[in-house]
Amino acid sequence: MKTYDLAELALRNLRESSLRNSLTTLGIAVGVASLVAMLSLGIGLQKLATRRLVSSGLFDTVVVMSRRDLRGFGHDDERNTATAAESRTLDEPARLEIEHLPDVLEAYPDIRFITELRYQDKPHLTMVSGIPSSARSNDAFSGIQGGFFSSEGAAEVILQKSFAAELLGKATKPGQEDEISVTELAKPLLGQELTLRYAQRIASPAAPEEGLPAKAGQSAGAESARQRDIPSDVAYSVISREQKLKIVGVSDLDPDSMRGAARARVFLPLNLAENLHVMQPSDLRDSMRGFNKQPSYSTISVRVKSPKQIEAVEQAVKKLGFNTFSILDATRSLRQFFAVLDLFLGIFGSLALAVASIGIVNTLVMAILERRREIGIMKAIGASDGDVKKLFFAEAGAMGALGGVVGVVLGWLIGHVINLGTNIYLKRQSLPPESFWSVPWWLVGAAIVFAFIVSLVSGLYPAARAARLDPVQALRYE
Amino acid sequence: MTTDPNPSSRNGFPEVRIINLCRHYQMGDTLIRAVDGVSLQVRAGEFVALLGSSGSGKSSLLNLIAGLDRPTSGAVIVEDKDLARLSREELAKYRLHTVGMVFQSFNLVSRMTLAENVDLPLRFAEVDRSRRDALARQALERVGLGGRTTHRPSELSGGEQQRAALARALINQPKLLLADEPTGNLDSHTGTEIMNFIREFNESLNMTIVMVTHERGLAERYAKRMIFLADGKLVDDQLNSAAVTATGQDGAR
Repeated sequence: MKTYDLAELALRNLRESSLRNSLTTLGIAVGVASLVAMLSLGIGLQKLATRRLVSSGLFDTVVVMSRRDLRGFGHDDERNTATAAESRTLDEPARLEIEHLPDVLEAYPDIRFITELRYQDKPHLTMVSGIPSSARSNDAFSGIQGGFFSSEGAAEVILQKSFAAELLGKATKPGQEDEISVTELAKPLLGQELTLRYAQRIASPAAPEEGLPAKAGQSAGAESARQRDIPSDVAYSVISREQKLKIVGVSDLDPDSMRGAARARVFLPLNLAENLHVMQPSDLRDSMRGFNKQPSYSTISVRVKSPKQIEAVEQAVKKLGFNTFSILDATRSLRQFFAVLDLFLGIFGSLALAVASIGIVNTLVMAILERRREIGIMKAIGASDGDVKKLFFAEAGAMGALGGVVGVVLGWLIGHVINLGTNIYLKRQSLPPESFWSVPWWLVGAAIVFAFIVSLVSGLYPAARAARLDPVQALRYE
Repeated sequence: MTTDPNPSSRNGFPEVRIINLCRHYQMGDTLIRAVDGVSLQVRAGEFVALLGSSGSGKSSLLNLIAGLDRPTSGAVIVEDKDLARLSREELAKYRLHTVGMVFQSFNLVSRMTLAENVDLPLRFAEVDRSRRDALARQALERVGLGGRTTHRPSELSGGEQQRAALARALINQPKLLLADEPTGNLDSHTGTEIMNFIREFNESLNMTIVMVTHERGLAERYAKRMIFLADGKLVDDQLNSAAVTATGQDGAR
């Protein structure tokens, strides 16, 4: 039988006992609706969690470090395997190479140092960090007062709010920072000038000369003192310098959050920080080994296009001869959690559909009993087993497809109502509204296809039974 | 054995050959021998009546010829094919293209209009819709129901329903028309009407007719050969020269 004829006959048959068939279809619709509602909830929650994590800037970042550095940390496995050839220096060419890997957005050196800042002639010691302009877009600086750096090399600074409070003399105990608003702190500080004092490293080809003891940081000072003993033809001097900076922003970022650039309380534009050539702890190690033809970075942060590509990028970077670190494991377990959650929600959602599919079997078996004679007639005038089978399949499929469509709409409505209700609740609790519910197009398609397939499977038994009907007996049946 | 009055080229060749055909089935503890060792040949263009009392096995024999049932043993050979050896699929094709059937109880699908009932076999034959409509209308016009294509069977009299069933049996232009008590549910007037149509198909379309009936008078008037069955066995097989041809009679009442 032709498909068109088949569809026409099937629809006609469905219309014939419309109450029973619409109830069966409604059953499927409810099943699909529960499946859609459950899965959209799972997907929505996952999206919400992922959105939060991605915007934190953590999950799209790989930290790259040289293998050599790990020796000092007692990694026995590394000690024997990392030969000089494999363990490359993390320098500018390496950074460019990493940046040109596929799926890498940018690779920037992590520049971080502890130094002294003077504000209104009072010294304040803190951690300073260089941040790339791309940080502007991530969550870490969403609560900024004032503005972001005007350019990559601008002599500007963004303060973390607890440091801002310190500058203003509003001493805060840890955990009480929340009590002072960022706006309040930013007002007197924005546009003010700040003096950064730091230890600059200047390469000098000659034998070690009397380096000036750095006054800036204790650690830098101590290192520069030891540095004099290095017998090498590469050497450098450490000079104390000052840099005036304009305060352009105050951020409410928590310094103890997991954010990569955090733990620093003062942020500089990355280029500016680089050009200061601040003495880095790694300089000392490298100079001891005598590799130090040009400055190297202690770590490089690599931003990847999306968290999905983290693993591939990590592998690629490892092939280049570096060690990597990312919070991929954390995302992995998160993804695992949501996979399990989706599975459970899916199973519960499918239960209703399973019950509905029994309804299809029931309806079709009833239809066979009712239309026994008709099936006999059709066979007598030339219908094959296949024709009869297809007709019942078409009826099951039509109920499934229709139920699927109605179910998706119903599920969408249910989800919206739940979301709306929850947001009203959130509002009452004075929490910001969240969209924790999402119906992606693939779910719409998959739900309809799934309902269709489930219906066809339900139609298997009735269709086979109708096809095997003995026409002689069916015609005798009144 | 039989001389055939029709001059068609197909005529005289055996259309249906039945060889030692048995159809037994178990009902409780007793074995029912519905058809028990029947052998006969029906030539192309013949009009054969199968006669016998109820339970004689005439309907069972007809169902075996129609390919609706399978024999316990023996063979039914139509167009050089033994129906017993055909697959279910092939048997369906045989029923679709070679055989047309009419039943005592008409067996129209009550939910469908006359036109839809008549073109149902064409759907199974995958004929295009436009051609199907034309053929169905033609067939209905042939049995005088041209104006009632959109009616449902329940809106028609018994005679009209049987005429529609005849149109349905004709639509695939089968060689063999099998009729199971076609007038059994009709009064004598409409019964005659139906029988005249069947005789016309036999004579003008040269269809081979096998008709089951228990009315000897009916068989004598229309059939050219009468086969008598009793207890599943063939008991008599005679030519009926008394049958009136369509051209030489007035449609006797």
